[in-house]
Amino acid sequence: MKIEILGTGCAKCKALEEIVKQAVMKIGGFHQIEKVEDIMKIMEYNVISTPGLVVNGVVKSTGKVLNIDEVIALLKEETK
Amino acid sequence: MWKALVDSFTIDLLGLSGRVNSTVNFFIYDTVKILFLLIVIIFVVSYLRTHFNTEYVRAYLQGKSRIYGHILASLFGIITPFCSCSAIPLFLGFIQARIPLGVTFSFLISSPMNNEIAIALLFSLFGWKITAIYIGFGLFLAMAGGYAIGMLNFEKYILLDVKPMEGELEEIKIKLNFKQRAKESWDYTYDLVKKIWIYVLIGVGIGAFIHGYVPADFITKYAGGDSWYSVPLAVILGVPMYSNAAGVMPLVEVLTQKGMLLGTALSFMMAITALSLPEAMILKRILHVRLIGVFFGIVAFGIVCVGYLFNFILQ
Repeated sequence: MKIEILGTGCAKCKALEEIVKQAVMKIGGFHQIEKVEDIMKIMEYNVISTPGLVVNGVVKSTGKVLNIDEVIALLKEETK
Repeated sequence: MWKALVDSFTIDLLGLSGRVNSTVNFFIYDTVKILFLLIVIIFVVSYLRTHFNTEYVRAYLQGKSRIYGHILASLFGIITPFCSCSAIPLFLGFIQARIPLGVTFSFLISSPMNNEIAIALLFSLFGWKITAIYIGFGLFLAMAGGYAIGMLNFEKYILLDVKPMEGELEEIKIKLNFKQRAKESWDYTYDLVKKIWIYVLIGVGIGAFIHGYVPADFITKYAGGDSWYSVPLAVILGVPMYSNAAGVMPLVEVLTQKGMLLGTALSFMMAITALSLPEAMILKRILHVRLIGVFFGIVAFGIVCVGYLFNFILQ
Protein backbone atom coordinates (compact mmCIF):
# COMPACT_ATOMS: atom_id res chain seq x y z
CA MET A 1 0.00 0.00 0.00
CA LYS A 2 1.00 3.60 -0.41
CA ILE A 3 1.35 5.64 2.74
CA GLU A 4 1.81 9.38 2.58
CA ILE A 5 2.64 11.71 5.42
CA LEU A 6 1.59 15.28 4.76
CA GLY A 7 3.57 17.98 6.48
CA THR A 8 5.58 21.08 5.75
CA GLY A 9 8.47 20.01 7.93
CA CYS A 10 7.36 20.82 11.46
CA ALA A 11 8.41 18.74 14.45
CA LYS A 12 5.06 16.96 14.71
CA CYS A 13 5.24 15.88 11.07
CA LYS A 14 8.65 14.33 11.58
CA ALA A 15 7.38 12.56 14.67
CA LEU A 16 4.51 11.04 12.70
CA GLU A 17 6.82 9.96 9.89
CA GLU A 18 9.02 8.15 12.39
CA ILE A 19 6.04 6.40 13.97
CA VAL A 20 4.68 5.31 10.60
CA LYS A 21 8.06 3.82 9.70
CA GLN A 22 8.10 1.83 12.92
CA ALA A 23 4.52 0.69 12.37
CA VAL A 24 5.37 -0.53 8.88
CA MET A 25 8.34 -2.46 10.21
CA LYS A 26 6.07 -4.14 12.71
CA ILE A 27 3.39 -5.22 10.27
CA GLY A 28 5.96 -6.25 7.67
CA GLY A 29 5.57 -6.46 3.90
CA PHE A 30 6.41 -3.98 1.19
CA HIS A 31 4.86 -0.56 1.50
CA GLN A 32 5.73 2.73 -0.02
CA ILE A 33 6.17 5.56 2.44
CA GLU A 34 6.32 9.06 1.11
CA LYS A 35 6.74 12.35 2.92
CA VAL A 36 4.77 15.05 1.10
CA GLU A 37 6.21 18.47 1.84
CA ASP A 38 4.88 20.41 -1.12
CA ILE A 39 2.13 22.64 0.22
CA MET A 40 0.24 22.56 -3.07
CA LYS A 41 0.10 18.77 -3.01
CA ILE A 42 -1.02 18.80 0.61
CA MET A 43 -3.83 21.12 -0.35
CA GLU A 44 -4.95 18.78 -3.09
CA TYR A 45 -5.89 16.37 -0.33
CA ASN A 46 -7.94 19.15 1.30
CA VAL A 47 -5.87 18.84 4.43
CA ILE A 48 -5.15 22.09 6.24
CA SER A 49 -4.00 20.92 9.63
CA THR A 50 -0.74 19.05 9.48
CA PRO A 51 0.50 16.39 9.97
CA GLY A 52 -1.86 14.39 7.83
CA LEU A 53 -1.81 10.67 7.14
CA VAL A 54 -2.97 9.36 3.78
CA VAL A 55 -3.25 5.66 2.94
CA ASN A 56 -3.84 4.65 -0.67
CA GLY A 57 -5.05 8.13 -1.50
CA VAL A 58 -7.55 8.37 1.37
CA VAL A 59 -7.07 10.85 4.23
CA LYS A 60 -7.06 8.90 7.50
CA SER A 61 -6.07 11.49 10.04
CA THR A 62 -5.27 15.19 10.24
CA GLY A 63 -3.72 17.56 12.74
CA LYS A 64 -2.30 15.07 15.20
CA VAL A 65 0.52 12.68 15.85
CA LEU A 66 -1.00 9.23 16.09
CA ASN A 67 0.67 6.70 18.32
CA ILE A 68 2.10 3.51 16.91
CA ASP A 69 -0.85 1.30 17.84
CA GLU A 70 -3.28 3.63 16.12
CA VAL A 71 -1.18 3.63 12.96
CA ILE A 72 -0.93 -0.18 13.00
CA ALA A 73 -4.70 -0.46 13.44
CA LEU A 74 -5.25 1.88 10.49
CA LEU A 75 -2.84 -0.01 8.26
CA LYS A 76 -4.26 -3.40 9.18
CA GLU A 77 -7.74 -2.20 8.41
CA GLU A 78 -6.49 -1.22 4.97
CA THR A 79 -4.81 -4.55 4.19
CA LYS A 80 -7.92 -6.60 4.97
CA MET B 1 -11.61 25.19 50.86
CA TRP B 2 -8.36 24.55 49.04
CA LYS B 3 -6.97 27.74 50.57
CA ALA B 4 -7.74 26.49 54.09
CA LEU B 5 -6.11 23.16 53.35
CA VAL B 6 -2.89 24.77 52.13
CA ASP B 7 -2.97 27.14 55.11
CA SER B 8 -3.17 24.31 57.57
CA PHE B 9 -0.39 22.48 55.74
CA THR B 10 2.12 25.36 55.70
CA ILE B 11 1.22 26.97 59.03
CA ASP B 12 0.34 24.02 61.27
CA LEU B 13 2.29 21.19 59.75
CA LEU B 14 5.42 22.97 58.54
CA GLY B 15 5.21 25.67 61.20
CA LEU B 16 5.96 28.50 58.76
CA SER B 17 5.03 32.11 59.37
CA GLY B 18 5.50 35.59 57.97
CA ARG B 19 7.14 36.07 54.58
CA VAL B 20 8.37 32.52 54.21
CA ASN B 21 4.88 31.24 54.85
CA SER B 22 3.28 33.65 52.45
CA THR B 23 5.75 32.67 49.72
CA VAL B 24 5.53 28.91 50.19
CA ASN B 25 1.80 29.02 50.75
CA PHE B 26 1.29 31.03 47.57
CA PHE B 27 3.51 28.68 45.57
CA ILE B 28 1.69 25.51 46.64
CA TYR B 29 -1.74 27.06 46.38
CA ASP B 30 -1.16 28.48 42.90
CA THR B 31 0.72 25.58 41.31
CA VAL B 32 -1.79 22.94 42.31
CA LYS B 33 -4.76 25.12 41.38
CA ILE B 34 -3.29 26.08 38.01
CA LEU B 35 -2.20 22.57 37.07
CA PHE B 36 -5.56 21.12 38.09
CA LEU B 37 -7.52 23.67 36.08
CA LEU B 38 -5.14 23.38 33.14
CA ILE B 39 -5.79 19.66 32.95
CA VAL B 40 -9.57 20.03 33.28
CA ILE B 41 -9.94 22.90 30.82
CA ILE B 42 -7.55 21.54 28.19
CA PHE B 43 -9.35 18.21 28.38
CA VAL B 44 -12.77 19.82 27.88
CA VAL B 45 -11.58 22.01 25.00
CA SER B 46 -9.80 19.17 23.24
CA TYR B 47 -12.85 16.96 23.67
CA LEU B 48 -15.00 19.59 21.95
CA ARG B 49 -12.34 19.79 19.30
CA THR B 50 -12.74 16.16 18.30
CA HIS B 51 -16.09 17.31 16.89
CA PHE B 52 -14.78 20.39 15.08
CA ASN B 53 -11.40 19.96 13.47
CA THR B 54 -9.92 22.62 11.23
CA GLU B 55 -11.08 20.88 8.05
CA TYR B 56 -14.63 20.91 9.37
CA VAL B 57 -14.38 24.62 10.14
CA ARG B 58 -13.20 25.33 6.63
CA ALA B 59 -16.02 23.37 5.04
CA TYR B 60 -18.50 25.15 7.30
CA LEU B 61 -17.20 28.65 6.59
CA GLN B 62 -17.23 28.14 2.85
CA GLY B 63 -19.83 30.22 1.09
CA LYS B 64 -21.06 32.02 4.22
CA SER B 65 -21.79 35.74 3.97
CA ARG B 66 -19.01 38.09 5.00
CA ILE B 67 -20.36 39.36 8.33
CA TYR B 68 -21.56 35.92 9.38
CA GLY B 69 -18.17 34.57 8.29
CA HIS B 70 -16.27 36.97 10.55
CA ILE B 71 -18.41 36.04 13.54
CA LEU B 72 -18.16 32.30 12.93
CA ALA B 73 -14.44 32.36 12.17
CA SER B 74 -13.73 34.18 15.43
CA LEU B 75 -15.89 31.77 17.44
CA PHE B 76 -14.34 28.70 15.84
CA GLY B 77 -10.97 30.18 16.80
CA ILE B 78 -11.72 29.36 20.44
CA ILE B 79 -11.94 25.60 20.05
CA THR B 80 -9.62 24.86 17.16
CA PRO B 81 -5.97 24.36 17.94
CA PHE B 82 -3.35 26.65 16.62
CA CYS B 83 0.24 25.81 16.09
CA SER B 84 2.30 28.29 14.16
CA CYS B 85 3.74 25.41 12.12
CA SER B 86 0.35 24.78 10.50
CA ALA B 87 -0.33 28.46 9.81
CA ILE B 88 0.59 28.12 6.13
CA PRO B 89 -1.60 25.15 5.13
CA LEU B 90 -4.40 26.70 7.13
CA PHE B 91 -4.09 30.08 5.49
CA LEU B 92 -3.79 28.76 1.95
CA GLY B 93 -6.51 26.20 2.55
CA PHE B 94 -8.94 28.90 3.57
CA ILE B 95 -8.13 31.04 0.54
CA GLN B 96 -8.43 27.96 -1.69
CA ALA B 97 -11.95 27.38 -0.34
CA ARG B 98 -12.83 30.95 -1.43
CA ILE B 99 -13.12 32.12 2.15
CA PRO B 100 -12.43 35.88 2.03
CA LEU B 101 -9.02 37.11 3.20
CA GLY B 102 -10.59 39.15 6.01
CA VAL B 103 -12.51 36.17 7.37
CA THR B 104 -9.33 34.09 7.23
CA PHE B 105 -7.58 36.73 9.31
CA SER B 106 -10.44 36.77 11.81
CA PHE B 107 -9.69 33.11 12.38
CA LEU B 108 -5.94 33.68 12.41
CA ILE B 109 -6.28 36.36 15.10
CA SER B 110 -8.79 34.51 17.24
CA SER B 111 -7.24 31.06 17.16
CA PRO B 112 -3.94 31.71 18.98
CA MET B 113 -5.41 34.38 21.24
CA ASN B 114 -8.28 32.27 22.54
CA ASN B 115 -6.23 29.12 22.97
CA GLU B 116 -6.98 26.64 25.72
CA ILE B 117 -3.81 27.31 27.70
CA ALA B 118 -4.49 31.03 27.89
CA ILE B 119 -8.10 30.45 28.87
CA ALA B 120 -7.19 27.88 31.54
CA LEU B 121 -4.52 30.13 33.02
CA LEU B 122 -6.69 33.22 33.03
CA PHE B 123 -9.51 31.32 34.64
CA SER B 124 -7.37 29.87 37.40
CA LEU B 125 -5.47 33.10 38.06
CA PHE B 126 -8.05 35.83 37.58
CA GLY B 127 -11.45 34.14 37.80
CA TRP B 128 -14.25 33.84 35.30
CA LYS B 129 -15.04 37.55 34.98
CA ILE B 130 -11.65 38.55 33.64
CA THR B 131 -11.59 35.42 31.47
CA ALA B 132 -14.95 36.34 29.97
CA ILE B 133 -13.77 39.90 29.35
CA TYR B 134 -10.58 38.62 27.75
CA ILE B 135 -12.47 36.23 25.46
CA GLY B 136 -15.11 38.86 24.68
CA PHE B 137 -12.57 41.47 23.67
CA GLY B 138 -10.51 38.82 21.90
CA LEU B 139 -13.50 37.85 19.76
CA PHE B 140 -14.31 41.48 19.08
CA LEU B 141 -10.74 42.19 18.09
CA ALA B 142 -10.68 39.17 15.76
CA MET B 143 -13.91 40.23 14.06
CA ALA B 144 -12.99 43.91 13.77
CA GLY B 145 -9.37 43.25 12.80
CA GLY B 146 -10.35 40.70 10.19
CA TYR B 147 -13.01 43.04 8.85
CA ALA B 148 -10.51 45.90 8.59
CA ILE B 149 -7.99 43.73 6.74
CA GLY B 150 -10.77 42.53 4.43
CA MET B 151 -11.63 46.14 3.53
CA LEU B 152 -8.10 46.83 2.30
CA ASN B 153 -8.21 44.44 -0.68
CA PHE B 154 -4.83 42.99 0.07
CA GLU B 155 -5.37 39.76 -1.86
CA LYS B 156 -2.52 40.78 -4.17
CA TYR B 157 -0.07 40.38 -1.27
CA ILE B 158 -0.49 36.62 -1.12
CA LEU B 159 2.74 35.46 -2.72
CA LEU B 160 1.67 32.01 -3.85
CA ASP B 161 -0.82 31.58 -6.59
CA VAL B 162 -3.68 29.69 -5.00
CA LYS B 163 -6.28 28.40 -7.40
CA PRO B 164 -9.72 28.71 -5.91
CA MET B 165 -11.39 25.33 -5.90
CA GLU B 166 -14.51 24.59 -7.85
CA GLY B 167 -17.70 23.60 -6.09
CA GLU B 168 -18.24 22.79 -2.47
CA LEU B 169 -15.90 21.08 -0.05
CA GLU B 170 -16.77 17.71 1.22
CA GLU B 171 -16.03 17.16 4.85
CA ILE B 172 -13.38 14.63 5.60
CA LYS B 173 -15.28 12.23 7.79
CA ILE B 174 -13.36 10.51 10.52
CA LYS B 175 -15.79 8.64 12.73
CA LEU B 176 -14.99 8.26 16.41
CA ASN B 177 -16.93 6.93 19.37
CA PHE B 178 -17.03 8.45 22.84
CA LYS B 179 -14.20 6.34 24.16
CA GLN B 180 -11.89 7.19 21.29
CA ARG B 181 -12.67 10.88 21.64
CA ALA B 182 -12.00 10.79 25.37
CA LYS B 183 -8.75 8.94 24.84
CA GLU B 184 -7.62 11.33 22.14
CA SER B 185 -8.45 14.34 24.32
CA TRP B 186 -6.62 12.82 27.25
CA ASP B 187 -3.51 12.09 25.14
CA TYR B 188 -3.55 15.66 23.90
CA THR B 189 -4.00 17.07 27.40
CA TYR B 190 -1.21 14.90 28.75
CA ASP B 191 1.22 15.95 26.01
CA LEU B 192 0.44 19.62 26.42
CA VAL B 193 0.64 19.68 30.21
CA LYS B 194 3.86 17.70 30.06
CA LYS B 195 5.27 20.40 27.81
CA ILE B 196 4.25 23.42 29.90
CA TRP B 197 4.20 22.38 33.54
CA ILE B 198 7.78 23.43 34.09
CA TYR B 199 7.05 26.95 32.83
CA VAL B 200 4.10 27.13 35.18
CA LEU B 201 6.32 26.11 38.09
CA ILE B 202 8.99 28.65 37.21
CA GLY B 203 6.43 31.40 36.65
CA VAL B 204 4.64 30.71 39.90
CA GLY B 205 7.98 30.35 41.69
CA ILE B 206 9.11 33.82 40.67
CA GLY B 207 5.60 35.08 41.35
CA ALA B 208 5.64 33.59 44.84
CA PHE B 209 8.94 35.29 45.55
CA ILE B 210 7.60 38.66 44.43
CA HIS B 211 4.43 37.99 46.40
CA GLY B 212 6.37 37.43 49.60
CA TYR B 213 9.41 39.66 49.28
CA VAL B 214 9.02 42.52 46.80
CA PRO B 215 7.15 45.49 48.25
CA ALA B 216 4.12 46.78 46.36
CA ASP B 217 5.60 50.29 46.09
CA PHE B 218 8.41 48.90 43.97
CA ILE B 219 6.01 47.32 41.48
CA THR B 220 3.73 50.32 41.34
CA LYS B 221 6.70 52.53 40.68
CA TYR B 222 8.15 50.50 37.82
CA ALA B 223 5.25 48.50 36.38
CA GLY B 224 2.34 50.41 37.86
CA GLY B 225 0.90 51.23 34.51
CA ASP B 226 -0.62 54.61 35.14
CA SER B 227 1.77 56.43 32.85
CA TRP B 228 0.59 56.87 29.28
CA TYR B 229 3.22 54.66 27.70
CA SER B 230 2.77 51.60 29.91
CA VAL B 231 0.11 49.96 27.71
CA PRO B 232 2.06 50.16 24.42
CA LEU B 233 5.18 49.11 26.29
CA ALA B 234 3.36 46.06 27.65
CA VAL B 235 2.29 45.13 24.10
CA ILE B 236 5.83 45.44 22.73
CA LEU B 237 7.20 43.33 25.59
CA GLY B 238 4.51 40.72 25.01
CA VAL B 239 5.37 39.96 21.37
CA PRO B 240 8.52 37.85 21.89
CA MET B 241 7.00 35.87 24.78
CA TYR B 242 4.57 33.63 22.95
CA SER B 243 6.08 30.29 23.85
CA ASN B 244 6.33 31.20 27.50
CA ALA B 245 2.73 32.28 28.04
CA ALA B 246 2.34 29.54 30.65
CA GLY B 247 5.16 30.97 32.71
CA VAL B 248 4.44 34.65 32.19
CA MET B 249 0.79 34.67 33.17
CA PRO B 250 1.32 33.63 36.82
CA LEU B 251 3.77 36.54 37.03
CA VAL B 252 1.20 38.94 35.69
CA GLU B 253 -1.22 37.84 38.39
CA VAL B 254 1.24 38.83 41.09
CA LEU B 255 2.03 42.11 39.38
CA THR B 256 -1.66 43.04 39.33
CA GLN B 257 -2.04 42.12 42.99
CA LYS B 258 0.84 44.47 43.69
CA GLY B 259 -0.66 47.39 41.84
CA MET B 260 -0.19 46.90 38.09
CA LEU B 261 -3.34 48.15 36.36
CA LEU B 262 -5.57 45.42 35.00
CA GLY B 263 -5.91 46.97 31.53
CA THR B 264 -2.14 47.02 31.15
CA ALA B 265 -1.98 43.39 32.31
CA LEU B 266 -4.74 42.40 29.89
CA SER B 267 -2.95 44.07 26.96
CA PHE B 268 0.23 42.34 27.93
CA MET B 269 -1.41 38.92 27.93
CA MET B 270 -3.25 39.55 24.66
CA ALA B 271 0.00 40.63 23.02
CA ILE B 272 1.72 37.47 24.25
CA THR B 273 -0.86 35.18 22.68
CA ALA B 274 -2.05 37.07 19.61
CA LEU B 275 1.20 38.40 18.25
CA SER B 276 4.01 35.94 17.89
CA LEU B 277 7.26 36.41 16.03
CA PRO B 278 7.61 32.77 14.92
CA GLU B 279 4.18 32.96 13.32
CA ALA B 280 5.17 36.14 11.47
CA MET B 281 8.36 34.51 10.22
CA ILE B 282 6.44 31.51 8.93
CA LEU B 283 3.76 33.62 7.26
CA LYS B 284 6.48 35.61 5.53
CA ARG B 285 6.99 32.65 3.22
CA ILE B 286 3.54 33.13 1.69
CA LEU B 287 2.55 36.71 2.48
CA HIS B 288 4.09 40.02 1.55
CA VAL B 289 5.77 41.80 4.47
CA ARG B 290 3.35 44.69 4.02
CA LEU B 291 0.34 42.47 4.69
CA ILE B 292 1.97 40.95 7.78
CA GLY B 293 2.87 44.45 8.94
CA VAL B 294 -0.71 45.61 8.57
CA PHE B 295 -1.95 42.48 10.34
CA PHE B 296 0.37 43.06 13.30
CA GLY B 297 -0.34 46.79 13.28
CA ILE B 298 -4.10 46.38 13.42
CA VAL B 299 -3.99 43.74 16.13
CA ALA B 300 -1.47 45.70 18.21
CA PHE B 301 -3.59 48.84 17.87
CA GLY B 302 -6.68 46.94 18.99
CA ILE B 303 -4.89 45.49 22.00
CA VAL B 304 -3.59 48.90 23.04
CA CYS B 305 -7.14 50.29 22.80
CA VAL B 306 -8.44 47.46 25.01
CA GLY B 307 -5.75 48.26 27.58
CA TYR B 308 -6.50 51.98 27.72
CA LEU B 309 -10.23 51.36 27.81
CA PHE B 310 -9.85 49.03 30.76
CA ASN B 311 -7.51 51.22 32.74
CA PHE B 312 -9.94 54.07 32.14
CA ILE B 313 -13.06 52.13 33.21
CA LEU B 314 -11.50 50.68 36.33
CA GLN B 315 -9.98 53.88 37.58
